[in-house]
Amino acid sequence: MSYIIDRRLNDKRKSTVNRQRFLRRYRSHIRDAVNDAVSRRSIKDMEQGERISIPRKDLSEPIFHHGPGGQRSIVHPGNQEFHQGDRIRRPDGGGEGGPGEGQASDQGEGNDEFAFEIDKQEFLNFLFEDLELPNLLKRHLEGAQIFQHRHGGIVSQGMPAKINIVRSMRQASMRRRALTAATRKKIRTLKAERDALLEQDQSPQRQARLHELDEQIARLERRVERIPFLDTVDLRYNHHVKVPVPVSRAVMFCIMDVSGSMNQDMKDLAKRFFLLLYLFLERNYEHIEVVFIRHHTSAKEVNEEEFFYSRETGGTIVSSALKLTRDIIEERYPVDEWNLYAAQASDGDNWNDDSPACAKLIEDELLPKLQYFSYVEVMPRAHQALWDHYQNIMQRHPSAFSMAQIDEPGEIYPVFRELFKKRMET
Amino acid sequence: MFLSEGSDWDFELLARYDEAIADLAHNKYGLDTYPNQIEVISSEQMMDAYSSVGMPVGYNHWSFGKQFVEVEGRYRRGHMGLAYEIVINSDPCIAYLMEENNITMQALVIAHASYGHNSFFKNNYLFKTWTDASSIIDYLVFARNYIADCEQRHGVKAVEETLDSCHALMNYGVDRYKRPSPISAVEEKRRQREREASLQKQISELWRTFPQLQPAVQLREEPPNFPAEPQENLLYFLEKNAPLLAPWQREIIRIVRKMAQYFYPQRQTKVMNEGWACLWHYTLLNDLYDQGKVTDGFMLEFLQNHSQVIYQPPFTAPFYSGMNPYALGFNMFQDIRRICENPDDEDREWFPDIAGSDWLSTVKFAMESFKDESFIQQFLSPRLIRYFKFFQIADDDRNDYVEVGAIHNEQGYRKVRDALAEQYNLSIQEPNIQVVNANVHGDRTLTLRHQRNSGRPLDENSAREVLRHLHRLWKFEVRLESVEHGSVLNEFSMPPPTVIS
Repeated sequence: MSYIIDRRLNDKRKSTVNRQRFLRRYRSHIRDAVNDAVSRRSIKDMEQGERISIPRKDLSEPIFHHGPGGQRSIVHPGNQEFHQGDRIRRPDGGGEGGPGEGQASDQGEGNDEFAFEIDKQEFLNFLFEDLELPNLLKRHLEGAQIFQHRHGGIVSQGMPAKINIVRSMRQASMRRRALTAATRKKIRTLKAERDALLEQDQSPQRQARLHELDEQIARLERRVERIPFLDTVDLRYNHHVKVPVPVSRAVMFCIMDVSGSMNQDMKDLAKRFFLLLYLFLERNYEHIEVVFIRHHTSAKEVNEEEFFYSRETGGTIVSSALKLTRDIIEERYPVDEWNLYAAQASDGDNWNDDSPACAKLIEDELLPKLQYFSYVEVMPRAHQALWDHYQNIMQRHPSAFSMAQIDEPGEIYPVFRELFKKRMET
Repeated sequence: MFLSEGSDWDFELLARYDEAIADLAHNKYGLDTYPNQIEVISSEQMMDAYSSVGMPVGYNHWSFGKQFVEVEGRYRRGHMGLAYEIVINSDPCIAYLMEENNITMQALVIAHASYGHNSFFKNNYLFKTWTDASSIIDYLVFARNYIADCEQRHGVKAVEETLDSCHALMNYGVDRYKRPSPISAVEEKRRQREREASLQKQISELWRTFPQLQPAVQLREEPPNFPAEPQENLLYFLEKNAPLLAPWQREIIRIVRKMAQYFYPQRQTKVMNEGWACLWHYTLLNDLYDQGKVTDGFMLEFLQNHSQVIYQPPFTAPFYSGMNPYALGFNMFQDIRRICENPDDEDREWFPDIAGSDWLSTVKFAMESFKDESFIQQFLSPRLIRYFKFFQIADDDRNDYVEVGAIHNEQGYRKVRDALAEQYNLSIQEPNIQVVNANVHGDRTLTLRHQRNSGRPLDENSAREVLRHLHRLWKFEVRLESVEHGSVLNEFSMPPPTVIS
């Protein structure tokens, strides 16, 4: 007798736990691969899964087995031209392994690399592992956003599914007691009188009274019984209320120098940096807005397409962009409602007299409002005036200001990690 | 009247095929099987089953995840198809069918797994001796829960490390000669609690060495060697004797050991098991055709799949990777049937006992009483050696050439047969490593001996790695010496010896 069972609807993800343990065990390998991928990928497909390769020897599970050497005998099928006693030059690499030798047999091709895929979410997890956004998140109530259902006490109206049985029964019990109290008291006095009468000698008069009392008691008891055990007025329901959930929201200012001295490579470096920052912020805040500001001698707010892909030339006045940032904050992003981040990328070229002004602007007007300001200089040459002024700011505000230099794509991710690595709470 | 005409299947149709096949298997051929439980699953579930060595429940470990990730990746990229079936040695015998397959494949798998493998599991002497089909699922559940519980109590990392070490020694966790007592989950749980309490007591007793309190001991001559006999079951030895393990670690060793023991017969009967299952899917479906129950189209598709399964590529083929156990096993069983039914002079000379006997009882006897090594030794006929064009290569590292030792001719038959049988002898294919001494009265060094066979050395890198795992369980120095003809040729130790200059 056979049983045929349809198991297709059973859980399909039995191996999830094992898979996660595997990923955790080889975390460092995977992170290396992710780092590679970041510097290799184009900006557009940063947000994808990744194929990870790990050298097979690193994840072998060792067992005792024979090494090459010694006297072995192997039987093969398909003889065509051999005769007993033929001698054949040993093929390179010694014996290629008979059955039972190592684990090679069941794993087919490509034994040097163990390759597998991780999905987008896992990719980003590894990418931003151990990173955190500096400074506190401000949470703010926003209209028409996410609501949470919270327990909102007990009410007397509701739907049957939400009946609170204990409370309803308690209510019923109270009502029964309250409504019958007077009657039960009467019953008690009548019973006492009857008991007293029964103690005494019998007489027709007393008999009549007893009869009367019995009748009265029976009537009153019937009245008590008529009180319903559970009435609709007793019913109590659990109540849930919708509570708006404060969401954290952030705005990110991307400030990029597009002056003549910034060549395409530099812009590309800057873009990659902004992209990482964007992905990172996106993971940390439910709601995020990005403001793109580019500048040469004057600053302009632009859209993403224009920011990343259009070309401009001209001189450089950095403070123009900072002023625009300040104005936009004042106009659109109240400081108590938004988490504000700014990232500036530049080649460090600036009109000489402007650098002190920039430093002052950042320190006095922007830093008090911003959560974090990061500056990356995309230039392999010596630093200029702007760098020195910024360095002073960093010394005075190490928790809200950071800066770094990036020379080539491979450095972006390390620098990014450095800027946003977890800091000890002070 | 055909059972079906199209290629689609439904549950009712599966039941009808199962009934027809069961009728033939039980009534015509008298196959003795466990009841069948046929489960239809999806390809994702098949991948899950793959990566847990085919078991329906298993404890969690990263190595299963690794396997899953690999199977999933290769399947998605189209590098491999999934196996058509997985079957579990349990009572009832669980076989998985994949929903993607058409009715021909489902019928093939039912015949192959639910009647072929099933009767092998129930009747082969190794399985009868070493495994208890009725309790394995319960035991797996017990093991999974116990290990999950340990993870809660002692942390995932500690449990994982212990399991890693046990897995490294899994092939050395089997009793080759002793017969185990059957296990049942209830019994196991009760005994496990008792063990936890008492085991630690005994261990502490074993290691209690207060020489000054025991002058009598000191006066006596050299203490006897411990263990008295060399121990082949390393995991068992560690479970019982490792000095510093916590009770739960001993229990985990025990679980891995039990699993190794459970799978040991399967590793020893690959050729026979698959050959037997192929023999029956071939015989049973051909019978269905003869009875007029399946169409010509069904039969053609079946034969195409069948011939793919039992194809043996020659050694020159680019995708050659050793013997195909399906091919060897199927042809051997078919050959035994031929020898019984139509023996020629050669067969009468080579197989006087079975030539001309009843084929059914002969193949059953062969299936019940042998493992791969002895099966080949006993039944590989000259005709099959010619059919496969077998040749034996002697590879001696003292020469810079390899020599063809024997081919498929009169002088070569026996030599080829011996060599092929040896190829399936696990005790030759796996290095012979045993515990020879545990220095219980001194520094607690554990000494293992690798007995070399035909000068074949251990793979040094993996040996060192495994030794590290051994050391993790034993926690004192572990030495491994590789010995041939009484002289030590190579020595490993963990921790590595420090050189004092």
